[in-house]
Amino acid sequence: MTAATASTKATTSAPDPADSSTATTVEFRALSKSFGATVALDGLDLTARPGELLALLGPSGCGKTTALRMLAGFERPDSGQVLVDGQDISGVPAHRRDAGMVFQSYSLFPHLTAADNVAFGLKMRRTGAAERRKRAHELLELVGLPQHADRFPHQLSGGQQQRVALARALALRPKVLLLDEPLSALDAKVRVTLREEIRRLQQELRITTVFVTHDQEEALSTADRVAVMRDGRLEQVAAPAELYDTPATAFVAEFVGTMNRLPGVMADGDVEVLGQRLPVRGAAPAQGPVDVLVRPEALEATADGEGRSRVLTAAFHGSVTRLTLSLPDGATVKADVPSHRAATLPAGATVTVTLPQRPVLVDGPTA
Amino acid sequence: MTLRTKAPAGMLAALPLVLFMLVAFGLPAVAMLTGAFSTSSDAPGGAQWTTANLTDSVQGAYLTGLVSSVKLSALSALLAAVLGLPLAQAVVTSRHRALREGVLAASGVLANFGGVPLAFAFIATLGNAGVLTEHLGLTGAGWSLYTFWGLVIVYLYFLLPLMVLAITPALEGLRKQWREAAQNNGATGFQYWRYVALPVLAPSLLGGYVLLFGSAFAAYATAAALGSGSVPLITVQIADALSGNVLVGQGNIALALSLDMVVVAGLVMAVYVPLQRRSARWLD
Repeated sequence: MTAATASTKATTSAPDPADSSTATTVEFRALSKSFGATVALDGLDLTARPGELLALLGPSGCGKTTALRMLAGFERPDSGQVLVDGQDISGVPAHRRDAGMVFQSYSLFPHLTAADNVAFGLKMRRTGAAERRKRAHELLELVGLPQHADRFPHQLSGGQQQRVALARALALRPKVLLLDEPLSALDAKVRVTLREEIRRLQQELRITTVFVTHDQEEALSTADRVAVMRDGRLEQVAAPAELYDTPATAFVAEFVGTMNRLPGVMADGDVEVLGQRLPVRGAAPAQGPVDVLVRPEALEATADGEGRSRVLTAAFHGSVTRLTLSLPDGATVKADVPSHRAATLPAGATVTVTLPQRPVLVDGPTA
Repeated sequence: MTLRTKAPAGMLAALPLVLFMLVAFGLPAVAMLTGAFSTSSDAPGGAQWTTANLTDSVQGAYLTGLVSSVKLSALSALLAAVLGLPLAQAVVTSRHRALREGVLAASGVLANFGGVPLAFAFIATLGNAGVLTEHLGLTGAGWSLYTFWGLVIVYLYFLLPLMVLAITPALEGLRKQWREAAQNNGATGFQYWRYVALPVLAPSLLGGYVLLFGSAFAAYATAAALGSGSVPLITVQIADALSGNVLVGQGNIALALSLDMVVVAGLVMAVYVPLQRRSARWLD
């Protein structure tokens, strides 16, 4: 039986699909935390809406895991508050918080079977053995592993272990689900399958979920909203499409997806780039040279015998082909074109590169 | 082709070990077995096969010595295991690296600090005229180093560090995520130790206990140097029988007593080996 079919069947007897109207709000309010001289969180303000999957995305050391661990109760803030449904839980010990957590890896208890791992929390709450067994079975069905109930963790694959960990995190019907890079130790194929599984479960249960990841693709494809963090601060929180299309800062623009930097010059509030004059979005210096941030798919490369740019390489990526272009001033940029058009743009071809007449983000000395 | 050449080469590499085992373990074992089941060549009629040595070795004073040795070893190993676990945990969780390394280095030394020097150190401090005994007036309180409990304390001096050394790797194998996952599932600190840490450590703890038991059971020099006749121990009895301290011509009895010890040690190992395997499997 596949995981997908098993879990679909189990849905009816699964954990209480929480009504979205009763789902939980999580709020980080002015949260700060330092470890010695290192500032992990610097006044973080962020809210996870009821029933949404909020991804915390950022490079290593940006504070995303610290924020999650504070929500779980494993770290105490130096200042600020963690609120769940409006109640400050900053001082509540970890074992009394109503949050199920899936760790990065290796968190299953090695001496317990999959079923006993899932039922562990129920045992701590002194639930009867029969009820524990029933609930563990339900949850293992939910994650597609009912046939592995009696296996020990070392007898399960990495993906299966994380499914069991997910079932364990849901066993106590928590208000909030916390995912601390749960897919990072898995191979690429399993990672994709499991993230889809997590998303499906989260939507079925309508459980407010905070998902920490450093993988932008994972965050964009899984989350309702993505919060990009940098140096303990929030850079931007937005829906994936908004984050990708209209990043608020150069950092977000470059961290999420691929971004070109084209040399431009500010003039009267607009920017001159590639011989075009374009309006500017967001903060920008009044004048002087700037970098214009443009996605590869926003650049238009047209075959032109008179063109002053040149195709250096063309890499086939399925529906699109990524061109590496050399601009007249020597700068190198990436441009994505539909693969059916790529035949007219082989390596060595001369092209004209243009930008659509839309506001662009610039990065300059005062931007 | 490769297999054909590899197999003899592999066996050749193992030859030094095989030879060592034959000389250091095989020959003494054969000598002990034949000696335990035969009479002395000095006896009237020469050496003959017999089971009398073995029968005698589990009777009377010898049985008392065997039982006493087992009791002393079992109890001192238990105390060392119980006290050693929190000590090792303190070492593992210490933030001060120097302290941690210092304790582990000291444990390495003290675990091997048995024998005559240890006995003398205790006689000088806690013996009948020992510094602490007189200073604290312990004699009046009924204290004597030359009793069962006195020996337990002396044995603890080298068993406790041995336990720290034995259990530290297992404690280091406890993952931080297990504690946090337990907390996340509503477990208190006590429940984490009760339902996660101790069950995970159980094979290592038992393995450590068995190791301590074996070490205490085989200890001779410390007890002999203490010169305590009030606590009969099988190792001291073997030495007495070999040296003719009590009766002459008891060499074969000594070998039978040694065989008794081998049987006990065999039982110990029969428990220890599978437990170690199980422990390693969990902590992989």
